[in-house]
Formats: sequence, structure tokens, C-alpha cells
Amino acid sequence: MADLTLTVDGKKIAAPAGTLLIEACKNVGIEVPSFCYYPNLSLQGACRMCLVKVEKMPKLQTACTTVVGEGMVVTSDSDEIRQARKSMVEMLLGNHPLDCPVCDAGGECELQDMTFSYGAAESKFMEAKNHKDEQQWSPVVFFDRPRCILCYRCVRVCGEAMDVWALGVQNRGVSSVIAPNKQDHLECEECGMCIDICPVGALTSGAYRYKTRPWEMKHVGTICTHCGDGCKTTLGVRRSDTGMEIVRGDNRDKSGTNSDFLCIKGRYGFDFANHEYRLTQPLIRKDGKLSPATWEEAFELIGKKFAEVRDRDGGQAIGVIGSTRTTNEESYLLSKFARLVLKTNNVDHHSTADFPAFAAALRDKPEATASMADVFAAPAILLIGNDPTEQHPLLAYQIRNNVRLHRSRLYVVNSRPIKLRRQATVFAQVSEDNGEAAFVDFLSKNNPAPEPLGMSGTTTGVLEKLRETLRSVKDLLVVFGSEIQGISVTSLIAALPQAKFICLADYANSRGAADMGLYPDLLPGYHAIAGRSPLHEEWGVPDTAGLPTSEMFTAAKENKLKALYVVGSNPIGRLNLNPFGFSKAFLVVQDMFLTETAAIADVVLPAANAYEKTGTFTNTCGDLQLVKKAGDVSGTKADFEVIVRIADAMGFDIKKLIPFGGGMHADMGQSRGAQSGEADRHAVWLEMHGLEPKLSPLDPMAILDEIQRLVPGYDVSRMNLLAGNSEHTRLDKTGAAVPQQPGPILPANDTLFTSGTLGRYSRALNSVIEAHEIKPAEVAAD
Amino acid sequence: MKFSDEFEQRFAEMVPHYPTKRSALVPTLLYAQDEVGFLSDDVIAEIAARLDLTELEVRNVISYYSMLTTKPRGKFNVQVCTNISCMVRGGEEILHHCATKLGIGHKHTTADGLFTLEEVECIGACSWAPAAQVNYDFHENLTPEKMDGILDNYKKKAMQ
Amino acid sequence: MADLVSHPDEVRVVSRRFGQGAASLERYLELDGYKAVQKALAMEPDAIINEVKNSALRGRGGAGFSTGMKWSFVPKQSAKPKYVLCNGDESEPGTCKDRLIFEHDPHAVIEGVIIAGLAVGATSGYIYIRGEYRYLSVIMQKAIRDAYAKGFLGKNIFGSGRDFEVYWHGGAGAYEVGEESALMESLEGKRGIPRIRPPFPAVVGLWGGPTVINNAETLASVPHIILGGADWYAKLGPPKNGGTRLFCLSGNLAKPGVYELPMGYSLKKMIYEVGGGIPDGRELKAVVPGGSSTPCLTSDEIDINMDFDSVAKAGSMLGSGGVVVVDDAQCIVKFALRTMKFYQHESCGWCIPCREGTDWLKKTLQRFHAGGGLKKDIDNMYYLSENMLGRTFCPLGDAAAMPTMGFIKKFRQEFEDHLDGRPCPYQKEGAIEQLPVMA
Ligand SMILES: Cc1cc2nc3c(=O)[nH]c(=O)nc-3n(C[C@H](O)[C@H](O)[C@H](O)COP(=O)(O)O)c2cc1C
Ligand code: SF4
Ligand code: FES
Repeated sequence: MADLTLTVDGKKIAAPAGTLLIEACKNVGIEVPSFCYYPNLSLQGACRMCLVKVEKMPKLQTACTTVVGEGMVVTSDSDEIRQARKSMVEMLLGNHPLDCPVCDAGGECELQDMTFSYGAAESKFMEAKNHKDEQQWSPVVFFDRPRCILCYRCVRVCGEAMDVWALGVQNRGVSSVIAPNKQDHLECEECGMCIDICPVGALTSGAYRYKTRPWEMKHVGTICTHCGDGCKTTLGVRRSDTGMEIVRGDNRDKSGTNSDFLCIKGRYGFDFANHEYRLTQPLIRKDGKLSPATWEEAFELIGKKFAEVRDRDGGQAIGVIGSTRTTNEESYLLSKFARLVLKTNNVDHHSTADFPAFAAALRDKPEATASMADVFAAPAILLIGNDPTEQHPLLAYQIRNNVRLHRSRLYVVNSRPIKLRRQATVFAQVSEDNGEAAFVDFLSKNNPAPEPLGMSGTTTGVLEKLRETLRSVKDLLVVFGSEIQGISVTSLIAALPQAKFICLADYANSRGAADMGLYPDLLPGYHAIAGRSPLHEEWGVPDTAGLPTSEMFTAAKENKLKALYVVGSNPIGRLNLNPFGFSKAFLVVQDMFLTETAAIADVVLPAANAYEKTGTFTNTCGDLQLVKKAGDVSGTKADFEVIVRIADAMGFDIKKLIPFGGGMHADMGQSRGAQSGEADRHAVWLEMHGLEPKLSPLDPMAILDEIQRLVPGYDVSRMNLLAGNSEHTRLDKTGAAVPQQPGPILPANDTLFTSGTLGRYSRALNSVIEAHEIKPAEVAAD
Repeated sequence: MKFSDEFEQRFAEMVPHYPTKRSALVPTLLYAQDEVGFLSDDVIAEIAARLDLTELEVRNVISYYSMLTTKPRGKFNVQVCTNISCMVRGGEEILHHCATKLGIGHKHTTADGLFTLEEVECIGACSWAPAAQVNYDFHENLTPEKMDGILDNYKKKAMQ
Repeated sequence: MADLVSHPDEVRVVSRRFGQGAASLERYLELDGYKAVQKALAMEPDAIINEVKNSALRGRGGAGFSTGMKWSFVPKQSAKPKYVLCNGDESEPGTCKDRLIFEHDPHAVIEGVIIAGLAVGATSGYIYIRGEYRYLSVIMQKAIRDAYAKGFLGKNIFGSGRDFEVYWHGGAGAYEVGEESALMESLEGKRGIPRIRPPFPAVVGLWGGPTVINNAETLASVPHIILGGADWYAKLGPPKNGGTRLFCLSGNLAKPGVYELPMGYSLKKMIYEVGGGIPDGRELKAVVPGGSSTPCLTSDEIDINMDFDSVAKAGSMLGSGGVVVVDDAQCIVKFALRTMKFYQHESCGWCIPCREGTDWLKKTLQRFHAGGGLKKDIDNMYYLSENMLGRTFCPLGDAAAMPTMGFIKKFRQEFEDHLDGRPCPYQKEGAIEQLPVMA
């Protein structure tokens, strides 16, 4: 739409028709204060802070509800306006408890800031304030009515943005109060968005309240370690006896693909890191018992044993199981370590999506994968299978708000009546017996809909019409769950040549594990072991395909597998079987906790988690993002370092594993100058261009260089990545090999409140589960 | 939850008057309250279900309107207006008189469950002030003596 | 139910049928009922609107906006159905006139609603009656039922080929719901929180459709205008203030009551002649001319004509027609307190200045009247009111601020008389400040 011109404070500005005055001002750097206005939520006009003067209007107008008009003349600051705003703050403070010194929001409170700006600190109010006791609404949500300024942001974000509608406004006048849906408590998705959006300390987090002052924390924006969506979460860390303790998670840094969103796990689910059962010392089995040992002892033992097996029984006697929660650098390194150092292709991980089939189907189809940002913009979305509200909360949020704000059309094909059907233009319920796959079959061929496909009111007619629509709709985005695997993936992509796709996997770096080649017969970039690629040349790879997890287990039972290296995974717990009971295989497990797998290991190495390391994650859409170190628990080591140290202990030339020491040797002191303490701009520049000297073999950035060079689709802008943005990787130039013996694809079956092993050790998540009386699976997967 | 036939008939008649179901909410709540005495959890659940609303939404609405209540009240709700037109003609004295006579304060109920006393805002009887409403009945041009008679009559009515 | 009064100066238009049993349809028809709507059925919509415009009928709900003008804002074409909404929420303290119309002449309201509908192209209307007026809802429901039975409502009304539905709707106690946009919210089954404007109801109203909202008295006047003609009606009052008005005389008067007097009638005469003057040998202290929201006039400001423009010139408003007379035995501080208690209780709570301002003012006035006042409170209260005025989300904030500023400005001395811990100079023997609170 053409821009209109208006004048604000004597400045001519332009804004598209329909823009709200408050936004038009913000875009040119004129800040109009507000409490109740919040972008993308319905307008309230309630706080009256945004009053401005619009010429020809007798009264001051609210900039948050006024739409720009051609030739409009606006004054955003004058004595009258300042007085109006000051009086609003004064009136608010009349009934405000002013308990800032103990309020969680102290130091990051919009009311404090506004009082500071408008100088309303002198109190004219002498009456008794209206009091109401603080209430606990859920294990993680507390509400303090006297602090509430009734901006209704919480109510709107919960209802409009989350589609949960668990908060309301009750009573009227000065007795008005925000109320939870179950009278004295909340029954909701516990996303905590209400807490984030509360401008004051009325809504506080049970996981953080009264722990520290905001300015005593360092805030690190990193990627959530729970599901595959890749939200940015801001972790507040503080020094503790054992390192750097994470004390808070929230969405202070709104620069991620998740913008305003964060779910319960991203917000509160960091506390596993501080759990008392966290391993902080290597354990070595002596006389049948796991006993504390030093890292040096452990490395020496592992190095010796692995080398022994490799040299005696060959690489095929060693297995490696990787993780879906380690960084790309770690997964790549592990993949490389296995083939180069252990000389084995027995490499696997817990797949929750058929990425190899996906990559193969997309070969030579550029622009056919969608990013998380696309989900918020696509004019039409087809969702087949999965329940994103539970398993991909950000994706669900993007879909929901795309429908709400952009009127995108959503087509849902699912065997269950998932919550997103509420946003759907068409909801086709299909048979529980592979109905989703049958639908894909029906979509790709011209055959009539098979009878059992449709359920509860979904007729053949509906399905046929839907097929017609889907084939013709432009700019379609297709999202599918693990219900669609193998040949169905191929058919789906072939059936909708105009579409972009997202394949859903469950863990934080499931996609990275796949892309980095944690497969027995695929290398990073989906290159077949038997094939040819620059990677083959640089690495030198054992020629025969290795064993998937299940076969490694069989081999262990048969005493053919002599050593197994498990990194951040719990296959024993997940598969509920223990083939090592009688075998003599040497088992090394690297994890945060004594999982079912770690409990039977010969050596257990205490690992750091994703919040304690640097590297990159690739979310389920293929968006690459930087993971930043926030916390630190002394005694643990990042998987990256551990792998390097084992290789070293095996006598391997580390230079062949990690391309460190390359790059440019710069004078590191050069740019510092007199103003010490300022950012080292030269170093930042070097880093952005991948030129920084990787002086240490423990620097994951050195491996990232190699990944960007050798893994197809990962040659994205390093600068953007380092700036904290996401970079969409591509799948059109991969090796496109499909595994010869594909391992099973087993969904994690996590819900909104569970998260495999991490969830088991999160008090916050467990308290919510208890409050909701939901039983998580007996034994968590990874 | 069971309502009277009269309620059901009224409800059935009312709902189609509006393009959205929830539009019937406020009058429906008032009629339900007249019948049950107050808006109990059951009533709220039932009405929410009938009008495709959440209980929270229904409670949000109830708490907004001063005539709706989720707490039981006496059989006769004595609502004395003390707003300006009544005040200057002795409305407060009438309220005080009722309070003394019934031995209860604002929004309290007599032990026998007969009377609840409430000080209310203008009830639209300004030209006939001071005035009160007992349930839905207007009583105007009140004096303390007249009020005595009115309360006694209600008490008698309850005895029959 | 409520007693009727009369005075020779009355000009009976809206109250013509009061006390004559016109709630019964037969009787209403005998008294020229439903003739206006039949006449209107033969008129072009624009002709109806022009007639009402020319009659200088101004809204009787409070603001006094030209009714014909309001109707003309409704777009001719609309994708969504249009509606007429009769505002019978009547809750402004001092106002009790719509109540008489519903009781004595319900069909006139129905007729007015239909005519408004014909003028703007609506095919249904809602009559919203405040919840406390239960007996009026019963009367209104019967009237609607009778009109349907006769074919005056429903399909093909009066055999005209046109359809029109009228429904009744009941409130449940909330002053704010009388504000037009809150009224629509309430009718839609929600909390009575006003809406952001623009869009105005005439363009986007009930359920998103263009909606005409008028006070019950406004609508009940319309049939008379259609039958009697715009000229006749306009000439009943001074220029731009057509017709008559139901004045609700209340307070310290010998003969309070609802009187229908021509627009522009003298306030002084209203008090001393129509209302019978102040009883018990008392003197007039103040008069609230148009319901509790309007700033009071002192005894030397009453020589004015009661029409919208004259009262505005005198610094107040004609408002809802509620004339509350206050004699010299009354305490203005207490009067201000009771007024503020009302607004504090009725504020919907949506916006800061109204929600917090009314509470603050009420608390201060309470302390002040109880003898704990400080000199600076007087200025503080004025300051607060000044900062509420014109800055709230809906006019309720103004309605609370304006009278308060008036009381302080005009009766500052009386406020000062309460200072220094002195007891209220008007305290009556045995009067109560606080009700006994029982466990
Ligand atoms: C707080 C508030 C309360 C109101 N209450 C009423 C009311 O009870 N009855 C009424 O007719 N108008 C009331 N109004 C005025 C209405 O908003 C609206 O202007 C009126 O119904 C329009 O009808 P009219 O043009 O016929 O006057 C109120 C306005 C405000 C701001
Ligand atoms: S709880 Fe917070 S967000 Fe919600 S209305 Fe109160 S201050 Fe606003
Ligand atoms: S931001 Fe405009 S009124 Fe609150």
C-alpha cells in the first residue's frame, strides 16, 4: 500500500495506510509510551499513556488506537501531554504497593521506568491502599494483584496468541482483577507468556521468584535444548559455588525465530542443569561398582581399550551412538571420530524423523524447504500428522498466529482431533491405522478416497475437495510428522510440486544429528558410505556400511561388538532392553545423569549440556542457530572436548580431526587500545568472516569451518549466525542417499510438559506434571 | 442441573433472538439466579455449556454485574437506595433503620435466611425518593414507619 | 406503580398517554397508536430522516446529539444486518423517566424503534431494559407479543411487505452499560466494557452491523414527530432544541415528580412553581440540572432556560433530564462524596484515570468528610479531576470529574469548613456514617 505522509513533532514522516500512530512514531524513533499496547495483540486503549495531540481534535488522542491519516499533524510531547502521562502514573501508584525492593520485576519494570521518565514519584496519595494477598496459580505462576496495573496483556497473550484463554478479568472498577480459569488456580499450557509480557511484577515465575535481582545476572540468549523448534531462550546466570548457575529462563531477548513466544520447557526447563543428581566426576567400574575417578584416568582407560579393540577386532567391533541434543560440531566430530579414529561405520542415533528420505526427495529442488519464519507468513499450510501444540509448541504458535493475523488457511489431516483444528479451514480426521500415510497416498494418486480414511464427519467428498484445493493452492507450506516416512515422504513431495516442506523431528538437534551423518551408512550431508564426495576424500572412510543401533545390540549379545561409545543418549532406557548384561563389551557413556544406560557402563563421563557450551543447532526446519554458553558446572566437560581427548588418548593426530590453528594470525592486542573493556571489534570481525585463529583443538568454531565447507547446504552467512540470527540451511545439494537398511523411526512421544531425560530431572516440569496429574512415560527416551 | 419449565421455555425463546448464542447470557443468568437463589458452580457450568462458553467467561460476566451473585442470599433482598436524590430525602436513615431492625449490615443476611440487606445505587425512583426494592418490587416515598410495615409484610408472606 | 403528577405548564407529548392504560394494545390504538409507523411505511427513508432532523429532536440519553443526524450516519449499503437499539438502561442518578414510558406507553417505544429501523434500513431492533426494572420487562414483553399477534411486528408488517423484528433484552445492574458501546457489549453477552471508537456504532455496531442507538424517550418521541410534523415539534422548544422533555424533579422539593415541559423552560420556575419550591422553609443551595454527571448550579445560577445550549452556556449540561434540588440543610461535601461513591462503584475499571481516579477521589472525600481532611486535599481532588477530564476511555470519567470540579469550585468554603478536624457542619442528629457491620 502507498505510504501516507504526516507530521510528528514537526518532522515529516511516511507510513503505510492502516499503520497505528504509535507504530508509525516508533518506526522513526519517536517513542510514545504505553502499557496496554502490545504489537499483534488486540487494541485496548486502556492505559492512556500514549495520549498525543492530533491537530483538529479537541481532546488528546491515544496513539495506540489512532490510525495514521494523510496530512495528520501530531505532537507527541508537550507540557499538556507530559502532565497527562504523569498523572496516569500518579494514579497507578496510588494503589501500587511500591514494594520494588523485593519485587522480582524491580530493575526491569515498565512502571518504574515510566515513573522515572515522567517524574511522578512524589506521592499525593494518603489513603490506605487496596490490598489482596498474593496467590499461587500453578507451580510456576504467582499473581500479586496489588502490583497489577490492569494492562490486560496477560489476558490477551493467553487467549489471542496462545489460544488457551485461561485468564480473564473479573469484577469491575477498582476491584477489577485478573482471574485464572479455575477460580483459584490455572489450568493451562503453563507457557509463562503471561509472566514475560507482564510489564510489572504482578505475574511472577515460581521457578525464579525471589532468587536474585535482575542486574545481578548475566543474560545469555541461546537456543533451547528441548524440542526441535529452536526457540531462543534467555538464560539468566549467576556465579555459584560450582560454576555459573542458571537461575532464570525467559524471553528477554526477543531476537529469535520465536519472537514473543516461549513454552514451558524453554522457560523453566533449565533446572535439570542444577539437579543434585548431576554427575560431576567420571566414574569407572571397579570390582563391579562405579567408583569416582579422575578425567585423566578415564581418558587413559578409554583410549587404551578403544585402541585395543580396534587394533585387535577391527573397527566393526566398536559401536557409536550419538545424541540428538549435542551440537552440530559435536555430532560431526563424533561421526568423524568414529570413521577416522575408531575406523567404524557402526554409528547411529535415535531418529524421530525420516530426514534421509526427505533429503533424497528434495535433491535438486532448491527453495523447497521452509524455515520457522515461513510458518508465520505462508498463506496456506497443510499439516499432516503430529500434534504441534504438544510436540512443537513454537510451530503451533506460528501457525495459530499466522491464521489469526494474516488469515492464512490451515488444512489439518490427523487421526486425532488435535487442538490446531480450531484454527483450521479444513480438518480432515483420518483413520488411526496409518490414516495420514493413506491420505498422502490418496493425495499423490488419482484414486478415490479409501473408505476408512475419513472419520467423524470427514466424508469422501471433503477429502476429494481437499485434494483438489491442495493441488491448486499457491505458496503452500506442508508440515508433516513422523507418521509420514520412507516412500510416503517421496510421494508427498512429488504430489505437491509447488509446496515448501517441513519434516518434524522431536529433539533440539535431531535435524543436526541427521545432517551430520550419525548413520551407519550415511556420512554428513547424506552421502552414502559407498558413494563419493569431497568428504570421503578428506576423511578416508571404512567402505562397508555399519550397523544400526538394534543390530549393534544384537552384535553385543553375540559378543561380536566389543566396545560401545554412547554420547548423550539412553538407548537402554528407550528400548527397554539390556544386551550387555552378559556381554563383555566395554561400554562408555557420556551423560549428565546416571541413566539406565550409564548405570551399566564401564566408564561414565559427566557431560555438559547445551546450555553449557558453544556451537550450533539446526532446528527441525533446517534453521541453523548459534548456541551460546550460559551456565557452567565444574567437573563436567563438553562432549566436544571429551571426544577430542579420547582421540588424543588413542594417540590420534588431533590436527587431522580438528582443523585448528588455521585462519589468520592476527595481532590480538591491536584493537584494544586505551579503552580496555570495550568489545574487541577486530576479533569480532575476524570471527564473522571465519578468519579468527582457532588456536585450540577444543574450539568448535574450527569444526564449524569444516562443516560449512563440506556439508552441503551449510554454507550460510557466518556473520548472520554470529549476530544471533537463524540461517536456513538447504537440502537440495546433498548426497541424497537413502539408507539401505533404514533404522526405525521412533517418535519421542514427549508432551508439552515432558522432555526425555532432561524432563525427568527438571523439578519445574515435574511439579507441573504433578499439578496436572499427567503421567509421563515410565522410562523417558533421550 | 435442572431448571423449571418456565425457565426452559424462556431460554428456548430467547436464544434465537440473537445472532450469537452468548448474547442471551446476561438475562439467562438473572433468570437462573431468580430460580436458584444465586449462581452456583452448577448453574455456571450448565449455562456455560449451553452457550458454548468457558466457565471463566461466564464468571467474568457475572462478576461485572451488580445484580448477579455467586453467593446465596436471603429470600428477600432489601435494596435501599442512598444515591443523591434519595440521600437528600432520608435514604440513609431508611438504610440505617433497616440495618437496626434486621440486625444486619450491608450485604449480610439474617440468621433465619429471610432478609439480605443491600445499599444500592440509584434504582430510578428519584422522583419518589426515598425508595427501596425488595427483590424486584419497588417501594417508594418511604419513611421508617412505612419501611417497618413493608418488612413485616414480607415476613408474614414467608410465614404463610 | 410510580405516582404520576401534573402541572398546568406541562405540554404532553411523550407523556400524552400516561395513566390511560396505553400499555394495552387496544387502548394504544384508540389513542392514535401505530398510526405513525403506517405513515412512515409510506415514506422514503430519507424523508423520515429529514423529518426527524427538521424536528430538532436531540437525544434524550444525555449528550443531546441530533437524532436525525445520527440516523443519517448509517451507511445505506451494508454487508451485515443493521440494527436499532433502544437504550433503556436508565441508571444516571436523578433520572426516572424512561421507567414511566415503559410502564405507561411501551408501544410508543416499539413504534419508535420500527420507524428508526425504516429510516436506516434495519430490520430488527432490541429494547434493552435495566435489570432492576423487571416489572417493565414484563410489560414490554407483553407489548411486543401483542404487536406480533396483530402483525405489527414480524413478517410483512401492516401488510407492507416489509419485515421487522423487535426483541426485548434485560440487563443485570451496571450503570456503565448505559454508555452506547458498553451497551452493545452487554447485549452481546459480555462485560460492559466500552469499545474503541472509531468505528462508531452507526458504522460498526451490534455484531458488527451498523447500529442506531437511541434513548427510550428519544425513540418514544419519534412517532409524535411523524404524526405531528417536524415543524410543530421543533416549535415546541427554542431553536435547535425541538420538542418537550421529561424532567425528573427530585430532591428537596415540595412536589417532586416527572413533568413534561417544553424545552427551554425556566429552571427557576421548574423548581419554585412546577416542583412546588423547597419545603420546610429551607433555601435552595444547589441544583444538579441533568443527572449526577452534570456540574451543579448554585442558587444564583438558576435563572436559565432548560435546553441543551442554554445549560451548556451556564457551564453545565442538560444531560438526562434529572433535576436534583439540594436545600441548605445538605452538606455539599457529603453530596460530592455520595456522587463519587457512585462513580467509583460503577466505573468499569478498564482505564487507569477512571478506575484509579474515582477510587482515589472517593477515599479522599470519605476521609475529608469524616473530619480528616487537609487543606491540600481540596487542591489534590481538583487536580485529580482535572487530570481525569477528557482523558478517560469513555465519558464516565468525565461524568465523575465534572461535578467534582463544580462542587470544589462553587463550594470551596464548605470544603474548608470541614478542615481541622471539625465535624461536618451539617451533621444531623443521630446520622450514620458507617453501617453496622455484622459478622
Ligand atoms: C456512563 C454513561 C452512561 C449512560 N447511560 C445512559 C442511559 O442509562 N440511558 C441512555 O439512554 N443513555 C445513556 N448514556 C448515553 C448513551 O451513551 C447514548 O449517548 C445514548 O443512549 C444515545 O441516545 P440518544 O441520542 O437518544 O440520547 C450514557 C452515557 C454514558 C457515558
Ligand atoms: S497481570 Fe500484568 S499483564 Fe496482566 S493486566 Fe496485570 S499488569 Fe497487565
Ligand atoms: S497504549 Fe494506548 S492506551 Fe495504553
